[in-house]
Amino acid sequence: MAENTITIHIIDREGVQHDLEAPTDMNMNVMEVCRSYELPVEGRCGGMAMCATCQCYLESDHELPEQSDDELDMLDEAFFVEDNSRLGCQIQINDSIDGIVLKLAPEGN
Amino acid sequence: MIETDIIIIGAGPVGIFTVFEAGLLKLRCHLIDSLPQPGGQLTEIYPKKPIYDIPGYPTVDAGELIDRLMEQSAPFKPGFTLGESAVTIDEVEDNQFIVTTDKGTKHKAPIVMIAGGLGVFQPRKPPVANLENFEDNGVEYIIKDPEMYQDKRVVVAGGGDSALDWSIYLVENEIASELSLVHRRSSFRGHLDSVQKVMDLADKGKINLITEAEVVGLSGNGSLNAVDIKHKDGSQITKETDHFVPLFGLKPTLGPISTWGLEIEKNAIKVDTRDYSTNRPGIYAIGDVNTYEGKLKLILCGFHEGTIAVQSAFARIFPDKKNVLKYTTVNGVNGFE
Repeated sequence: MAENTITIHIIDREGVQHDLEAPTDMNMNVMEVCRSYELPVEGRCGGMAMCATCQCYLESDHELPEQSDDELDMLDEAFFVEDNSRLGCQIQINDSIDGIVLKLAPEGN
Repeated sequence: MIETDIIIIGAGPVGIFTVFEAGLLKLRCHLIDSLPQPGGQLTEIYPKKPIYDIPGYPTVDAGELIDRLMEQSAPFKPGFTLGESAVTIDEVEDNQFIVTTDKGTKHKAPIVMIAGGLGVFQPRKPPVANLENFEDNGVEYIIKDPEMYQDKRVVVAGGGDSALDWSIYLVENEIASELSLVHRRSSFRGHLDSVQKVMDLADKGKINLITEAEVVGLSGNGSLNAVDIKHKDGSQITKETDHFVPLFGLKPTLGPISTWGLEIEKNAIKVDTRDYSTNRPGIYAIGDVNTYEGKLKLILCGFHEGTIAVQSAFARIFPDKKNVLKYTTVNGVNGFE
């Protein structure tokens, strides 16, 4: 694997796992990586934590930074929210999330 | 019937700026938008967010950009039909179009420019089984006519300002005979004043506050008569009610745009990059709503597209006139009387 690259595992809405290589030096977030691989993540608001279309469930043990107020507000009004819900656009691609497993939330409107 | 030169569907930044460019060519515009105010996503979703890539502005808040655009377009006196969605585009004689909204308002012009952004804002519907069976039969997504709820039992669901404000309104004005507010979390996101007021009304027993719960089912024979509410702890109750009003905000959808006979690709309208025209002569698509090879969904790209499109519109309306590009530095801005 190239330097400055990690692997993230995304489980799509059909239960299929996709192992994606993501660069750690391009300031990308999980939502952007999914979209660059043409996974069905709408990312309607472009990554501003204003639409919740990138909602996913954290299925691995990785510790993520605390959620911002914006993210919590957004999840507040989303559908299909679980305790392990996160917004993909708020998860930055860096070494600490190498091997992370995230499951895409249903497209609840 | 509203008659104009260019009907612009969508009053976001691109629609508003197009009024200016059209005005320089002495073309009048009328804008239609489903939201009650101009500005599109910028005003509706992120008015306080700074934007850093508008030429000439190292940083500008979205709401302020709209204000500046409205100011820039004002000399060309655009008309606005707000709070209404364009539903149909019909071709009539003399190469004219009639655009009709969901409220029946008709607009006639030789040119239509669709600056619809991500689509028309429609209410987000919660994933509750049978929800659509009860639409207009007890389920409403927008409160247009509060009197409809006079002496009725109402269940409102949602955690934002809309849910809070309507709950307060229906109780303080003694409209609903009974009002329950259901929210999935234990705290609300809205303005602190509204949250406090709801809490006060709940303490007085005027609002039945059901938190950490969601409406999961509806029942009734033709008309709604009860909702099932499930609590986070797994317990479930059935609550008799006359109305269920889920207030979960708005989301943009292509909606009627997909029924206008245009070429749609990935939820966007395909255009010819020479003039951003669609497959229907006289109809253009500009801004986020269009797509073409190399398209970038940036406001500044929409500005450019609108500018090019109005040149083409001019040539279409006045095929015998030759338009000479006049610079504003030479000509100034000659607003309409």
